[in-house]
This record gives sequence, structure tokens and C-alpha cells, in this order.
Amino acid sequence: MTATRSDDAVPGDSQWPLWEVFIQPEPGAPHEHCGSLHAVDAEQALLNARDVYARRNEGVNLWVVPSQWITGSTPEDVGPFFDPANDKAYRHPQFYKTPRGVKVF
Amino acid sequence: MSSDAPSPDDPKRTAEFEARIARGDVIEPKDWMPERYRRQLIRMMSQHAHSEIVGMLPEGNWITRAPSLRRKMSLLAKVQDEAGHGLYIYCGTETLGVDRHELLADFLNGKAKYSSIFNYPTLTWADVGVIGWFVDGAAIVNQTMLAKASYGPYARAMVRICREENFHKRQGYESVATLARGTPGQRAMVQDAVNRWWWPSLMMFGPNDKDSPNSAELIRWGVKKKSNDELRQRFVNLTVPQAQAVNLTLPDPDLRYNEATGNWDFGQIDWDEFWAVVKGDGPCNRERMAARRKAHEEGAWVRAAAAAFAAKKRAAAAGAAA
Ligand SMILES: [Fe+2]
Ligand SMILES: [Fe+2]
Repeated sequence: MTATRSDDAVPGDSQWPLWEVFIQPEPGAPHEHCGSLHAVDAEQALLNARDVYARRNEGVNLWVVPSQWITGSTPEDVGPFFDPANDKAYRHPQFYKTPRGVKVF
Repeated sequence: MSSDAPSPDDPKRTAEFEARIARGDVIEPKDWMPERYRRQLIRMMSQHAHSEIVGMLPEGNWITRAPSLRRKMSLLAKVQDEAGHGLYIYCGTETLGVDRHELLADFLNGKAKYSSIFNYPTLTWADVGVIGWFVDGAAIVNQTMLAKASYGPYARAMVRICREENFHKRQGYESVATLARGTPGQRAMVQDAVNRWWWPSLMMFGPNDKDSPNSAELIRWGVKKKSNDELRQRFVNLTVPQAQAVNLTLPDPDLRYNEATGNWDFGQIDWDEFWAVVKGDGPCNRERMAARRKAHEEGAWVRAAAAAFAAKKRAAAAGAAA
């Protein structure tokens, strides 16, 4: 997190670590990824996130997470990775029959 | 940024990628993509981001001289939005594996381009209204299309931006309409601003299709969905009735409605002027670049101070924990 890069335009300048920003659009809704930003620490990341991603009441809560701490699945493995879900029709209600005559279940 | 040497993209994967584009799939950062797609996106998105940032300068020029508190608040909020647009798009570009500091360095060193429109001066207060109406109006036409771009982070940034641009255009048009029904002096001032900004606004859409190989390639990759000329025509068709509604004249004697096509036909664009401005010889190119370099250099101590303060807080937290 302390990694700083020298900036070609201004020697010794820093671009600060990258953070991912998640916003909760309204009370009770799940947080959604809305973008990223550079900030020196978590507190500044939150303030910047408010100014960059929530200028018009876009949400009621913000999370900021250092980008380097996010691990994602690999798109190339999408087939094998999600494979366990493919052949399990019995996990869905449509798999089961209700006796004839039961109109509302 | 990476070199421009052609890369040996696997033809099979490239074919699969093209099939995904043809199906209308959205490409995400970790998906495989041809090197050329990545490079074209980096070029286009970073130019777009630079344009948002430089775009703050012409209007920023009038913040302190806005004629009322209402207009000043609107203008401040609009210019702040443009800074936000720059940040959304820089972050979107970073998902392609470049760092923002590299993009900024290319820009400040004069290696990267930005929209030629921002190299024109804002001579009067009326220019601010006309910019909102024409320049943000043209940006809406372009960005509404880009909200369907094949690259997910770019498309999502555009959706967010389009929501904000409508305010930009509305506040500009309102200001124009107010001047247009004002004193003879105000009317003359706003007509003069329209006369100066009309043609450069049409140039914002880029060269004619036959002279724009980049645009054709971006259409093939699904980044753009419409050609420069199609977008320009759409902008003209939208803007002519808006000009008529406030009794302003667009400075083009060839402008006339074409019954057969349903379009407003317009005159010849001065492409020599366009290329001169793109190549650095517009009225304000040097001034804009100097202003950006100055802002970046004079902000260096703020960035250094923030980093030092964060380091101090980290050290204090580590000390307290020990
Ligand atoms: Fe913008
Ligand atoms: Fe705008």
C-alpha cells in the first residue's frame, strides 16, 4: 500500500494507491461497484469517493477497498469454474411436480 | 504506454473475440482482447479523459465573473462535474493496464491529444452558455452512443456521465435563451458567440468518415456504434430547432431542411482549420497546455503533503499498536 511511483512530469511525484469504490444506492440495497480512484489512505479515499461518485445523492453509504486486495475469478475459466452449477436442475423449483388440482402453491 | 509495434495476436483467439463483439458481448478488463483493441481503447479513452480536464479551462475562465450567484453556482457545479468525468474515464482507462501517471505524463509532455474544441477562447459571458448548449450538446450525442461501447468500464463511465451532461446542456441553453431575449447588446453578444462556436462544435465529431480510419476501426470493434458523419448530422438536426426557438441564426448560408432525407443539410466544414488546431496551432493550444502544466506542478506540494500526512498517521497507528 505504500508503493508510490515516480511521475515523469514531476520527479518524485506520487500517484497514490488505487482504491475500488462501492456504493449503496439506497437503504437496504446491496453495495455496488461504481468505479475506482487514487487516494493516499482510506480516509482520503472515502472523501474522494464522495466527491467523485456521490455528488448527487447517488447513495447512502460508501465502501472503499484497496484494489490490490480484491481477488477475482478468471474469465477464461468461466466454464470449468461455474461448472458445478450446470447439471443441478434439482436446485430449481421447476424440477418438482405439484399434484394436479393444486392451483396456488 | 506500450510501444506501437504490432503484437502477434493468436488468430484463433482474435476470431473468437470478433465473434463476441458481433454477438454484442460486453468485454471486461480481465477478458482476453487483441492488443490492437487494447491500444485503440487506451488512446481513445485517455484522449477523452484529457478533454474533460482541459474542458474545465475555457469555462473556468468565467467563474469569478458570472453575472449572478445562480449562474456562478451552476457553472462551478458544471466545471466540477467535468473534473469528475475526467476521473471516471482515467480510472476506466487504468483497467486496461496503464497507470494514470503515465497517461498524465503523455498529456503534459504534449504526446497525447484532447478535443480541439477547447483550444478556442471564451471571449464573453455568452460563450459559457453557448458552450453548454453546443459543446455539451455535442458531447451528449457522442457519449450516448459510447454508453453502448463494447468495453464495459468505458460504457459504464459513459452512462454515469450522460446523466450529468443533461444538466450541463440545460443550464447553457437557459443562459443563451435569457440573453437572446435580453437587451440588443445581450442579443448581439450571444449571436456573436453562436457564430464563433458553431463550426468548431461541428468539428468535434472528427473528420468525415472517408478520412477517419480510426473511427472505422472503432466501429468494427464495437467501441463506436455510429460514424462521425452520422453523429454530426444528428447534432445538427437536434440543434437547428433549438436555435430557431430562441431566434438565433446559425452561421451557415447552406443550412436547409432536406425533405427527402429528413435531415438538415449543412455547408462545408473548414478542415484546414480543424487540422491546424489539432496539430497545435489553435488560438489557445499553448495557453491550455501551460495552464495544465502549471496546475500539475503547483499541486505537487499538496500531493507530497497528503502522502507525508498519511505516512505519519500510519506510523502513529503502528506505534500505538506496538
Ligand atoms: Fe464532461
Ligand atoms: Fe459536460
